[in-house]
Amino acid sequence: MHLETFAHGDSLIHALDPRAKLLAALLFSVVVGISTTSSVLWAGLCLAVVLLLAAKLPWLALLKRALAVNAFVVFLWLVLPWRLEVGPGLAWNLVFDPRGLHLAGAVTIKANAIIMILIALLGTCPINNLFHALAHLHAPRKLVHLFLFFYRYLHVLHREYHRLNLAMRARGFRPGNNAHTYRTYAQLAGMVLVKSYDRAERVYQAMLCRGFSGEYWLLDHFAWKRRDSMFLSTFVMLMAGLAALGIWGSPWN
Amino acid sequence: MHISEGVLTAPVLASGAALSVVGLAIGLKKLDYERLPQTAILAAGFFVASLVHVPIGPAKAHLVLNGLLGLLLGWSAFPAIFVGLVLQAVLFQYGGLTSLGVNTFSMAFPGLVAWWLFGRLISRGGAVSAAASFGAGFLSVLFSALIVAAALALSGEQFITAAELIVVAHLPIMVVEGLLTAAIVSFLSRVRPALLANGKAG
Repeated sequence: MHLETFAHGDSLIHALDPRAKLLAALLFSVVVGISTTSSVLWAGLCLAVVLLLAAKLPWLALLKRALAVNAFVVFLWLVLPWRLEVGPGLAWNLVFDPRGLHLAGAVTIKANAIIMILIALLGTCPINNLFHALAHLHAPRKLVHLFLFFYRYLHVLHREYHRLNLAMRARGFRPGNNAHTYRTYAQLAGMVLVKSYDRAERVYQAMLCRGFSGEYWLLDHFAWKRRDSMFLSTFVMLMAGLAALGIWGSPWN
Repeated sequence: MHISEGVLTAPVLASGAALSVVGLAIGLKKLDYERLPQTAILAAGFFVASLVHVPIGPAKAHLVLNGLLGLLLGWSAFPAIFVGLVLQAVLFQYGGLTSLGVNTFSMAFPGLVAWWLFGRLISRGGAVSAAASFGAGFLSVLFSALIVAAALALSGEQFITAAELIVVAHLPIMVVEGLLTAAIVSFLSRVRPALLANGKAG
């Protein structure tokens, strides 16, 4: 399971400090996420496109990702302009409401701007660096430990799951709408849980043998460079500008 | 059942975030370092198990398993689900950072309620644990769908149709989820009963 599709590259964005990127992505999500001003949404989208281009990521993978995450947006385009009105005697009719299309448009721009920023800024960090960045930003220690363990064993368990699946197929299992299928899938899911439980026991015992006392030492330390300060300060100023635009600009109608 | 970024309004996002922060704080406080690796690895197991796609009529749906997760982990359901959702947001951009609060709450809180209601009953064996685990799976998906629908409806009256559709679409999933949860609990009680005793200590 290779998950970090966009994490490796030689662009300027890849080289930035993960802490700077994490803070910038959070700030952008909040400022653009809660805005209802059309100029803020468009400006946010432009900024996201610029950063995404600067990250020099593979086009095909980006396109696939964009299609996958826009499923909910498509659902909204289909549903928002319609309202179901049920009259007396269960007579119902669909009422078209053009305001729904405006709303769907706003959601589309907002969601895609944020998706692009998440890919450009967080997708370009290897996940373990991101967790270390969280630790260096003083996120709760236990939470960081959870992240590190979770991600470490996610791959192991996914391999186990894959193996169980293969074994089922090798024995001629064909899913259908019947009790046998449900029972088999329940056992598959149950077996994944049993395997994770057993592995957790072994991992913990091995950690105790090596003197684990509740402290998980961080080995990755980042060097904050001048370009990180420049990036973050420029970004914060842009966000302040967007926030001001949001307060005084005209709302999306 | 994640709400993507850009849909909900600021007050809804802020309430979701506040509720999840409380849940996370309690969950992390109750989680000691001895059980931390176990919780994390089980959470990863749940993440993988939810990749199982079950046929429902002509369609397929993936398992949610938040009821079972609540039964096994208790208050740790909040951190366990939060970690999974953060990874989904960062790796696949499903959901996002500002909607994390609402999405965490809508998945974790029903699991917690299932634990309160049924946690003691699932290790009784026989019909009692079967009924309790069916109830846990069924009700937690229902409850999750209702929270998502409420978050949408509170964000504007134009979302009401979408909210209703989401609840209706989840009706068959609730039944399947209940059946699967009951079958998984029965499997676990035969193979690793210690797992079911876990939630009571929560």
